[in-house]
Amino acid sequence: MPTVSMTVNGKAVSGEVESRTLLVQFIREHLELTGTHVGCDTSQCGACVVHVNGEVAKSCTMLAVQAEGANVTTIEGLANGDDLHPMQEAFRNNHGLQCGFCTPGMVMTAVDLANKNKNPSEQQIREGLEGNICRCTGYHNIVKSVAEGARNMGG
Amino acid sequence: MSQLRYEAPGSVDEAVALLASDSDAKVLAGGTDLIVQMRSGLRKLGLVVDVKKIDELMSVSSDGGAWTIGAAVSGAEMNENAALKKDWPGVVEAVDLIGSTQVQGRASAGGNLCNASPAADSVPAMVAAGATAVIAGPNGRREVPVEQVPVSPGKTSLATGEMVVAIKMPAKPARNGEAYLRMIPRTEMDIAIVGAGVSLTLDDGGTCTAAKVALGAVAPTVVIVDDAAKALIGTKVDDAALEKMAAACSAACKPIDDKRGTIEYRTKVAGVMARRAALIALERARSN
Ligand SMILES: Cc1cc2nc3c(=O)[nH]c(=O)nc-3n(C[C@H](O)[C@H](O)[C@H](O)COP(=O)(O)OP(=O)(O)OC[C@H]3O[C@@H](n4cnc5c(N)ncnc54)[C@H](O)[C@@H]3O)c2cc1C
Ligand code: FES
Ligand code: FES
Repeated sequence: MPTVSMTVNGKAVSGEVESRTLLVQFIREHLELTGTHVGCDTSQCGACVVHVNGEVAKSCTMLAVQAEGANVTTIEGLANGDDLHPMQEAFRNNHGLQCGFCTPGMVMTAVDLANKNKNPSEQQIREGLEGNICRCTGYHNIVKSVAEGARNMGG
Repeated sequence: MSQLRYEAPGSVDEAVALLASDSDAKVLAGGTDLIVQMRSGLRKLGLVVDVKKIDELMSVSSDGGAWTIGAAVSGAEMNENAALKKDWPGVVEAVDLIGSTQVQGRASAGGNLCNASPAADSVPAMVAAGATAVIAGPNGRREVPVEQVPVSPGKTSLATGEMVVAIKMPAKPARNGEAYLRMIPRTEMDIAIVGAGVSLTLDDGGTCTAAKVALGAVAPTVVIVDDAAKALIGTKVDDAALEKMAAACSAACKPIDDKRGTIEYRTKVAGVMARRAALIALERARSN
């Protein structure tokens, strides 16, 4: 079995995986970082979004071996100890989640969106979240959360 | 998904040797089609050859105005290349329509072409713009117009051991404009029921001297509508010419009938999309 090594949330990790092992399986099952969710098997829902070398990616649509040597950030890598990341804080303040299943992917996508656009409009936020599906909220409070999170990240 | 073997060669020659060693081997670029097909059990995978570690497939360069785009370059990277976008905005916009940001960061134009979906968004745009595909194989390299790569849904003309190395875009002709538009039943994250790529070139007096019109999703492979191009050439791209072009597009459609769009609807919309794309192309040609 191939060995794969990468940096996850700042820590060097490695493990033996099958070639077919998906990045999300490596993250959840080998590293036991279960904040990254799996909501579909068609690459549609976005619950599995992580950052790979600074770009957002659906970790269900990558093989673990494709991330060899990569720098990966998962939802667990955002908070600083007990201090939530401003985007997480904004989701909490604005009631941007109900069941919370989509939230890790939403937050990871939102952080990327805010990194690329410090002051996104409502339209830009809605378009930026096109790859993330939420069954609960109707998106309204998610959009509010992202706007506030982006403001607080910039400041 | 059993017995998958993964290789990530560092050169085209090594990749070709691997692909030639197994007639079921598959190239893996962004994986946004291949891994989804693999997970759904649509595809039994043996050897997969990851080409994202090969520099030539991951770089974009221009030489005397002509562009060479590595086949595995992501849509996001093409979109960030301002000079490429200035020359060929229609092609870059078509690539940008592929999926959400998370898909954009990985998906490639080479993968979109070689997946050979009738609805692939970048294909009509590349065809209209006159793009070619550079193919490497055990017998060396060859270059073909991109429309010769897909031959039927899910099938390409590539032989065992062959892979697309790069997409080439010609030097931008003066007073040329091109554009791509698609119709999807939802506003985002959907597959085209019609896609239309139009490229046209004007002379100094504003008369159209060359044109190419390509339609996606209305037949098993991309359709080049010569009659639509003829309807534009020699005109000022006025209403009458656009009307004629739209009619030629509708006449060229052989679409499927499904829950996402009836034959009648797809046929009508093909003309509408081509007309709107032609107007954008015209605007761009006038300002180039
Ligand atoms: C959520 C989602 C939304 C999507 N939306 C769209 C959309 O709006 N429009 C659209 O057109 N597509 C869409 N797609 C499909 C897909 O993202 C595109 O077709 C994409 O361009 C494929 O590129 P890739 O690099 O990921 O290809 P891969 O999945 O790596 O490969 C695709 C196929 O091409 C072959 N291949 C790849 N590169 C080469 C090469 N260099 N030489 C030879 N063969 C090669 C592979 O073996 C495979 O058969 C979507 C996919 C997802 C998951
Ligand atoms: S699990 Fe649904 S997109 Fe990855
Ligand atoms: S909060 Fe339940 S799916 Fe989004």
